[in-house]
Amino acid sequence: MSELTSLTPRELTSLLSARKISSVEITRACLDRIQSLEGNLHAFITLAPDAALEQARLADKKRAESRTDELSPLLGLPIAVKDVLSVEGIRCTCGSKILEDYIPPYTATSVQRLVDAGVVILGKTNTDEFAMGSSTENSAYGVTRNPWDSTRVPGGSSGGSAAAVAARMSPAALGTDTGGSVRQPASFCGVSGLKPTYGRVSRYGLIAYGSSLDSVGVLAPSAEDIATILPVMAGYDPHDATSAKLGAPRANLDGREDLRGIRVGFPEEYFSEGLQADVEKAVREAIARMEALGAEIRPVNLPHTKYALPVYYLIAPAEASANLSRYDGIRFGLQPDSEELLERFVSARSTGFGAEVKRRIMLGTYALSAGYYDAFYGQAQKVRTLIKRDFESVFGEVDMVAGPVAPTTAFKIGGHGNDPLAMYLEDIYTLPANLAGIPALAFPVGFDQAGLPIGMQLMGAPFNENLLLGCVHAFQQHTDWHKQKPAI
Amino acid sequence: MALTRKEVEHIAALVRLKLSDTELVEFQHQLSSILDHVRSLQELDTHGVEPTSGILSANAGLRPDEPSVGLTPARVLQNARHKNQDQFRVPPVFGARDE
Repeated sequence: MSELTSLTPRELTSLLSARKISSVEITRACLDRIQSLEGNLHAFITLAPDAALEQARLADKKRAESRTDELSPLLGLPIAVKDVLSVEGIRCTCGSKILEDYIPPYTATSVQRLVDAGVVILGKTNTDEFAMGSSTENSAYGVTRNPWDSTRVPGGSSGGSAAAVAARMSPAALGTDTGGSVRQPASFCGVSGLKPTYGRVSRYGLIAYGSSLDSVGVLAPSAEDIATILPVMAGYDPHDATSAKLGAPRANLDGREDLRGIRVGFPEEYFSEGLQADVEKAVREAIARMEALGAEIRPVNLPHTKYALPVYYLIAPAEASANLSRYDGIRFGLQPDSEELLERFVSARSTGFGAEVKRRIMLGTYALSAGYYDAFYGQAQKVRTLIKRDFESVFGEVDMVAGPVAPTTAFKIGGHGNDPLAMYLEDIYTLPANLAGIPALAFPVGFDQAGLPIGMQLMGAPFNENLLLGCVHAFQQHTDWHKQKPAI
Repeated sequence: MALTRKEVEHIAALVRLKLSDTELVEFQHQLSSILDHVRSLQELDTHGVEPTSGILSANAGLRPDEPSVGLTPARVLQNARHKNQDQFRVPPVFGARDE
């Protein structure tokens, strides 16, 4: 590994700012590393090396012409972007054949704010088709391999982003999290990953899956790295009516060095049957470590946790079935030649969508259909209220809730065969935060017996990203799980 | 809760999908088992509970209704294969082309 690619975003931005390295040097180092590892890992769907080097040259030119205090702290930092976020001029496939040749005419707000700050985009990372999946196996462009063990999945759906960061092909990456799609791959690949509060980061230009659940997040080695990137991309956006009219969170981490005064909830529902023994052990040890650092650990109850899975797998497919009706073979994406309208719809969708997408739009349509609406979709919305209330009541007693990210470590490619329900069970601990709209931060806390990374998550009250980032930063100053790198 | 083959065919028609025989059999089985799982929600008494349809922050709100510059027609049409001047060209909705 070259010296440069082994550095964290925080270290790179310091060196850039001190004018000790150039963006072109870093960008070249990342592109070289991608070239040497991509054949094995397949973290990217589309690479943009020429545009990246051009952006890097512009960043260096801007730095040469300006005073340091006038410049964004991210100027010249390369990142990778999940291929569900629109970037003008770079094709955006969403991991689907139906968007194989789609070139977005505009850029997502979250990405645009980073571009305006001088960030360099290396390329678009692999994802399960339309972000529907937990392994990246549902991508129409082939599976991404886990850098810790190439026979295993990187998690999903932001599996390409997680693998790219873990393998240090990119210092950081954007992901999206609708039911755990930032946190679970972060956990499987041994990096940190933040799912912000719903409304914290604009969804404009994020190609929609489940609109009441989708959020744009960041994957990077540490909480401190995420804290340098989040404030630049967050904040109110008039193009997204669900974005909160709040300024971006502060970039500084309030200098916390320990966890004194922090009340951490320990929900027994998150340590249930099916949790892999060494995952449970590592998470319990990390919580004990938090206690040793001054946190007060309190047992709490989130009694409706077990219903999160059925609620999610009704609401998300229902929203997806509406959102994906736009793929009609007429305006963009796959456009068959048929001169019969219905045939054009059917042909585009039947050949363009993969199996998981077909399953979810069918499931969602069924849940919304007359006669089943109240029993399925309507009931799911009511139980969503109960899940949200569980958290509201717990955040009256504690500052955050701790738990595992996923019941297992990274599983084998093909390990869940043709059993969608088994795959859905991977999401049981991540879904509640999306249903409640709260922020959650995943970070590495150990390895299992096979040497695969284990992650845990802290979930906070709405808009408390900085508290989560500050506490995990304190934890990471006393531990080195986040500094471990796969031997590739 | 087993879905019949006919129900699966009906849903597929609603979402404009043409399924092969293999897909029909597979989806019938898989969707039935997913529906069996989600049916556990029905054991909960939710009488009087308000549904949550979205997480709208108290701080979210409508933007002022002010005119602004949008995408140009050329940009909007840049991904369309079938177009005519500044419009998307679609097959006729009613009747055949030569009517």
